Amino acid sequence: MAITAANGALPHLSPNGVKCEDIKRNGCHNKREKNGPGTGIASRQHKQESFEQAPMYVAVMTYLGFGIVTLFGYFRDFLRAVGLEKCNLAQEREEQKDFVPLYQDFENFYNRNLYMRVRDNWNRPVCSLPGPVFDLMERVSDDYNWTFRLTGRTIHNAINMGSYNYLGFAENNADFLKTVADTTQQYGVGVCSTRQEIGTLSIHEELEQLVASFLRVESSMTFGMGFATNSMNIPAIVGKGGLILSDELNHTSLILGARLSGATIRVFKHNTLKGLQRRGGRDGRKVGVNMEGSVVRLAEIVALKKKYKAYLYLDEAHSIGAVGPSGRGVAELFNVNPADVDVMMGTFTKSFGAAGGYIAGKKELVDYLRSYSHSAVYASAMSPPVTEQILRAMKCIMGKDGSTEGIRRIRQLAENTRYFRAKLKEMGFIIYGNDDSPVVPILLYMPGKVVAFAREMLERKIGVVVVGFPATPITEARARFCLSASHTRAMLNQVLRHMNEVGDHLCLKFSRVKYSSCPDLCDETDFELDS
Amino acid sequence: MKTHEMPRGGTDPDVPLLMLSVSCARAHTHTLRGPSTCVICEPARKMIFKSLREYLAWLYYQYLLITGIYVLEPWEKSIFSSILFSAIAMAIYTSYVFVPIHVRLALEFFSGISGVQPESTVALMT
Repeated sequence: MAITAANGALPHLSPNGVKCEDIKRNGCHNKREKNGPGTGIASRQHKQESFEQAPMYVAVMTYLGFGIVTLFGYFRDFLRAVGLEKCNLAQEREEQKDFVPLYQDFENFYNRNLYMRVRDNWNRPVCSLPGPVFDLMERVSDDYNWTFRLTGRTIHNAINMGSYNYLGFAENNADFLKTVADTTQQYGVGVCSTRQEIGTLSIHEELEQLVASFLRVESSMTFGMGFATNSMNIPAIVGKGGLILSDELNHTSLILGARLSGATIRVFKHNTLKGLQRRGGRDGRKVGVNMEGSVVRLAEIVALKKKYKAYLYLDEAHSIGAVGPSGRGVAELFNVNPADVDVMMGTFTKSFGAAGGYIAGKKELVDYLRSYSHSAVYASAMSPPVTEQILRAMKCIMGKDGSTEGIRRIRQLAENTRYFRAKLKEMGFIIYGNDDSPVVPILLYMPGKVVAFAREMLERKIGVVVVGFPATPITEARARFCLSASHTRAMLNQVLRHMNEVGDHLCLKFSRVKYSSCPDLCDETDFELDS
Repeated sequence: MKTHEMPRGGTDPDVPLLMLSVSCARAHTHTLRGPSTCVICEPARKMIFKSLREYLAWLYYQYLLITGIYVLEPWEKSIFSSILFSAIAMAIYTSYVFVPIHVRLALEFFSGISGVQPESTVALMT
């Protein structure tokens, strides 16, 4: 998003929306954060982040595994081409063979030869709300995952370690949801219009004012879809001729938005300020990572941006509501003035148990976006019950509903995070990321183990999300646990016990560093009885 | 493959433990683990197998996971295993037949430099 030049004001935008007077002086830093809550000690700038490397033989075995399965993939493709095996994929009709190909054969190689074999671990149908425990529908496949069949049975009360439910707002307690039910009665469910036409409801105004006061900025605007908030607004803010400095591990929505904008994009190594500086430091966007669990170094980024007169776009999809002593995100965690961050973006999907996203900042920015953003002009407005859910969640976090429930949840999440991470490290797993991040990626590395892990955990009634290539680097396949404030200590203990057993069964404990919890050197010691 | 009995450590919920919240920066003492405890031997030591058959089944499971053929269909697994097995068998046979001869020749070559020269290599082979 490169917009204006040195004076810092929004440029005068011409109707086609592209402006960038001076390439050299434009840019934004964009950042996406995903972290656990801070400890309230704002001065504790040094965060322990660990990205331990696995032993060499693990990488060798990972490549070996991928290599062997790739060879078999070629073999099966050959059998399909020759006709010895039935092809279950979409193919063009005989009459269309001479046309421009619709289905590219080789591009889908990975999909049909590796993903198809193991895809029973993804897209599992859930038939309850995604709270700390949930119900799954049991499904089996008779032809090695080409087709699935529901058996009719349900797996009840599986522990949910995959949903982004950080503060536990995905709940169906009738008392808590009373306001949401009333709003549905009043406004209905569909808005049937876009924000610009006739879809701006009073409840949207209320939400936007609340978000602005929550983040301590001038003004904000909300959108119905989190992904679209990034991908549709970045082209409105940056145009051709601008420069975007983007973190290597940015989310797809940011990458898409950056590409759509037509600006020049330069990528720098994740979370390294030297890399950022080296990349010209004029404009940039730094984005935290979605899969890693590390924290952005916001204060230093802000200092850099002031030095080079760039703009900062901060994406707080995961950290809003969960990070900071009162849940106000990384700006609060690092004691950075919210006015220093030019564009604050976040989503309501994770900590608020709803859907949608927001962009907040100066009033001129938000007013500009109301007219020029594709999302505001063409996309349907946010649904009223969803809006009310965000309102009630945000009021709970801010304490405006008169109870301390919000603070309690934030603290509970912090406690759960610290406990869970410490225990996993003690067991010997390799965990990435910051010690305060509620997203816990456990490295599994080998493709066979990734699949076996997911299946074993499901048999023990724990639902986990595993990710492999291509969403992660090829040697870093992992399972990603998302902790929640609504997980009780008993649930966590159960998960840890099963993790221990599965870890031994599958030989997943690769860590070569021994952790032991040392009682006397702690700043804050909480004594908890493990019962 | 089901759960095995394991010695209960710090994660046993039945034993009340005094756990300190590890929240401070200096709470952990990091020491490198002892010299090369291989990733297979260590869990094998912790787990208690009821019979040799179970242990062999677990080893086979590890073989499937490490080579990545766990994800393949059974007939593909058989193909890969038979190819691998025949390659290993051929390697063993070749080493059984040829290694002693080569070692003996090498020794005689090197001792021949310092000592007596043999008339010909044909005499050596017979």
